[in-house]
Amino acid sequence: MTKKKEDNSVSFSDKKVVLFSILTGAISGFINGVFGGGGGMIVVPMLVHLLKRAPQKAHATAILIILPLSVVSSILYFTFGKFSLSTGIPTGIGVIIGGVLGALLLSKMSSKTLTIIFSVVMAVAGGKMLFF
Amino acid sequence: MKYFWYVIAGVLGGVLGGMGMGGGTILIPILTIFLNVKQHTAQAINLISFIPMAVVTLIIHIKNKLIDYRKVLWIILPGVITCVGGFFVCKVLAGDVLGRCFGGFLILLSVFQFVTEIKRKTKK
Repeated sequence: MTKKKEDNSVSFSDKKVVLFSILTGAISGFINGVFGGGGGMIVVPMLVHLLKRAPQKAHATAILIILPLSVVSSILYFTFGKFSLSTGIPTGIGVIIGGVLGALLLSKMSSKTLTIIFSVVMAVAGGKMLFF
Repeated sequence: MKYFWYVIAGVLGGVLGGMGMGGGTILIPILTIFLNVKQHTAQAINLISFIPMAVVTLIIHIKNKLIDYRKVLWIILPGVITCVGGFFVCKVLAGDVLGRCFGGFLILLSVFQFVTEIKRKTKK
């Protein structure tokens, strides 16, 4: 009897996990398609708060989730002529250089203060884009 | 000279991306505000330039056993469907409308990030 009850509770929470998983994917996928980025910033908190994953693993897993979404979105943007090679190639080279630098810097700097500064910068940029 | 600034914009976005602070969300406004790149193009560039960096970091994370594979297909598959839908929404929006929506999204994200960071700080 107790065993059966346990099974039930497992399958119930499993259903909930599946539902939360679908929700997490659906929201971040839509954001990825509409805005061409920012999906990761949705996936990480949803993995942590909704699916109770460890933050460090959530950051890593978010990349596994966003990568296929970005591939699909990239193909769509590219086929509909939204991509520009003359702008994209130099920027892409910069992103790779910056990415390596950022990964190296991460271990040396306090990310807390940086995150706060960064969120203020983002708000200013967002305000500029929304109102001007 | 123009190409030089594109590289610089990429480096800035890449540094933040590499530090795990959402590089894409800052690369797009840098490109549109300072370099007059069209919103749709900036988004496409951000998506495509994310791929090589993501592949490299993903390999590192797999080696370090930091990937949580539980239910991951239940997250990815719905995401693939909605990202196609999202793209078509983006496609029908005019550049300036899309830019304004993106600006609003950026503000929401920054408020969220700010609040979580402050909370994390006071907890410790």
